Amino acid sequence: MATARLSANKVVIVGAGPAGIRCAETLLAAGFKPILIDENRRDGGQIYRRQPEGFTRDYATLYGTEAAKARDLHQSFDRLRGSIDYRPDTLVWNLTPGQLCCVSQGKHTTVEYDALILCTGATDRLMPIEGWQLAGTYSLGGAQIALKSQAVSIGRSVVFMGSGPLLYLVASQYVKAGANVAAVLDTSPLSKRILAMPKLLARPGLLFTGMKLLAQLYQAKIPVHLGIKPQQVLGDESTGVSGVRVSTARGETLTVNCDAVALGYHLRPETQLADLAGCRLRFDEASSQWLLAVDEDGRTSVNGVYAAGDGSKIRGADAAEHAGRLVAMALLEDLQQPLNAGLRDEQRHALAVMDQFRLGLAQAFPWPADQAKALPDAAIVCRCEMISAGELRRTVSEKGACEVNRAKAFSRVGMGRCQGRYCSQAGAEVIAAAAGVSVQQVGRQRGQAPVKPLSMLTEEVSP
Amino acid sequence: MTVHKADVVIVGGGLMGSAAAFFLRQRGQSVILLERDQIGQYASGVNFGNVRRQGRFLGQLALANRSWALWKRLPELIDDDLEFIASGHMRVCYREDEIPELEAYAAAPEAAQLDLKIFRGAELHARFPFLGPDVKGGSYAPHDGHANPRLAAPAFARAARRLGARIEERTEVAEVQKVGGEFSVTTTDGRQFNAAQLLITAGAWGQKLSAQFGEPVPLDTHGPQMAVTEPVPYALPTVIGVYTKIPEEVIYFRQIPRGNIVIGGGYRSKPDMLNRRAYVEPRSILNQMEQMRRLLPGVGNLNIIRVWSGIEGYLPDSLPVMGPSGTVDGLFYAFGFCGHGFQLGPGVGDVMAELISTGSTSTSIEPFSINRFALSAEQRSKAS
Repeated sequence: MATARLSANKVVIVGAGPAGIRCAETLLAAGFKPILIDENRRDGGQIYRRQPEGFTRDYATLYGTEAAKARDLHQSFDRLRGSIDYRPDTLVWNLTPGQLCCVSQGKHTTVEYDALILCTGATDRLMPIEGWQLAGTYSLGGAQIALKSQAVSIGRSVVFMGSGPLLYLVASQYVKAGANVAAVLDTSPLSKRILAMPKLLARPGLLFTGMKLLAQLYQAKIPVHLGIKPQQVLGDESTGVSGVRVSTARGETLTVNCDAVALGYHLRPETQLADLAGCRLRFDEASSQWLLAVDEDGRTSVNGVYAAGDGSKIRGADAAEHAGRLVAMALLEDLQQPLNAGLRDEQRHALAVMDQFRLGLAQAFPWPADQAKALPDAAIVCRCEMISAGELRRTVSEKGACEVNRAKAFSRVGMGRCQGRYCSQAGAEVIAAAAGVSVQQVGRQRGQAPVKPLSMLTEEVSP
Repeated sequence: MTVHKADVVIVGGGLMGSAAAFFLRQRGQSVILLERDQIGQYASGVNFGNVRRQGRFLGQLALANRSWALWKRLPELIDDDLEFIASGHMRVCYREDEIPELEAYAAAPEAAQLDLKIFRGAELHARFPFLGPDVKGGSYAPHDGHANPRLAAPAFARAARRLGARIEERTEVAEVQKVGGEFSVTTTDGRQFNAAQLLITAGAWGQKLSAQFGEPVPLDTHGPQMAVTEPVPYALPTVIGVYTKIPEEVIYFRQIPRGNIVIGGGYRSKPDMLNRRAYVEPRSILNQMEQMRRLLPGVGNLNIIRVWSGIEGYLPDSLPVMGPSGTVDGLFYAFGFCGHGFQLGPGVGDVMAELISTGSTSTSIEPFSINRFALSAEQRSKAS
């Protein structure tokens, strides 16, 4: 991994969430003035997303159990904002060695870097269900952004379905905000949670918070079902979602009426920039997905490129703060700068504990790969291109495409607006099941620019 | 070691090799096709998808016409239409003094089958009202069109396999030699494939093999620069490309029926030949946006959702290497199609199959002979 001598002139951090902010803070304390580029208009990232200017909800309302951490992170950022080169509302849409391609308000600029620290976060990990293309189907993260940013609910009556901690967090945030939550439907059975207890106890406080969220839901008389199997999002093309149908742990069919559904199975890392930079990814058995290959402190396989936070390994916001500090220290070490070894050990130790917890979560709320296998042929896998599971399976059976990029070329799954963010992992499971090979063997979709859709009106401005 | 034998071994599973395998089987030859990676992975699967004859070197139109006739018959030939649409192709220019050049091309006897029609002024903008005001003239080819390159080579390979061809993917050639009357191809996994005739269709890697037989060619590699927008209602059936002598003005686009607009042209990138990966240069995308806004002003409301590249082989005279070896009996080449091989693919496969099976071909391919790069005896003695 990275050992060659680095120049310290231009240090660029991408992403102003918990990892990016703690990284910037640590570098600033060591006398460096990083450039911090963020796609959002305000700092905080996803979990500590700040509301737009002019909104006045207080921290307890906005962040609930996470209010103190949110306030602390925002205050830290406000302190360092004047001393770093902060560029909000700026998308890094591509990169070449030593140079980032950025777009802000329709203007393209390049930013040179000697060292690049990717704190690009995560998005929802999704598993298709028949009918999920109907209007009113959102991801959990999307549902949370609507509430946090704009103080709106995604519907009058909302079902939360999927698995993972975010399912309970967002549902309880909706309850707290006064929204009508019709049900919380979790695919993981209680037994998995019990088995995962030893690992989850690595962070008893967080485990307690999770239980408290669940208690709040029960207290509010929200129906919570564990071990369900999703069957269908009900509704029609013209009026959108009208309900969901699942089978319960006891095998009974349950229909819940609603006009919106939020889906999600924990998170997947945003690795496109790292992929475009040539960083190696590795298959993580525990979560059954491709993650960035980084060393303990956040060095990628490419010299001068570092990563921290959920963008490299899904461990949550607390871990992202530690990883942000740690990756800054890795860079400082590579620059032969003096280090506070004690502080570094603290971060490493904290992260090791959180990694145990991560494994516990993966065990308690497993990615439901079997659902991909059971998906009816008519179910849409790729919502951008409207490609069904049957069409995808036919590229395997009739055209012999047993690899993700080949299947994409033949079927268009992953070729649309989202560039595979929402469908590629599930698509890989469908391919693997149809081909009778492991999901690791079918590979991962190669990253291609632009990282997000780029307006044809984008114009170059002279630096 | 088991030796696998066939009448013809083909090295390189792009569109040329796959189509040749298919047509050789149709002629009853036994065929083994060796592909180092996946069928159609580098140039064949990533190009723009132009099924265009107009604008080609006039001496290539006989071959292009033969290929066009095959494009029309694809469903009956290979049971797949490759999304081919004979939607028309329009070659436009930004300068009045370029119109006579388009007219001269249209008037050439070789281009007779293309039925080209020249548009200019008010008639041009009435017929193509979406074109920008800078467009001064254009040559319309009603029978040309476009198809989906991602599907082409794999569909030919599947059809060849159905006819009994043996297709070996992920099979890299380590060594090729001719021993006695037979070619012997050894692969890196230790297998051996023998045949009396050998066809090299290795695209950007073609010259590595031709050089082994003493016929090096000055082949260069480039990555095409492609982009695609999000889908919008299907309104632009005609493929449109700019005719110009200024490289950054070169731009072409086509809309597919599902709505996306595919864009290509402008700068080319240098592929990473070690890792066999080509990237799109950011400046290419920005240039394409600027050029597209000039050519098709309404495009400004759209987003680019994806860009891609590939690895293509180019020769200095922009013509391919195609035909028999100048030095070794039974050795044939079809590579280095300089970024415009897609339309020719079925025709190249057909012609090479005819040439290999019968010893001659009814379509002239003389201008593409590898002999044009052969060193004269005098040059050879100087070089040594």
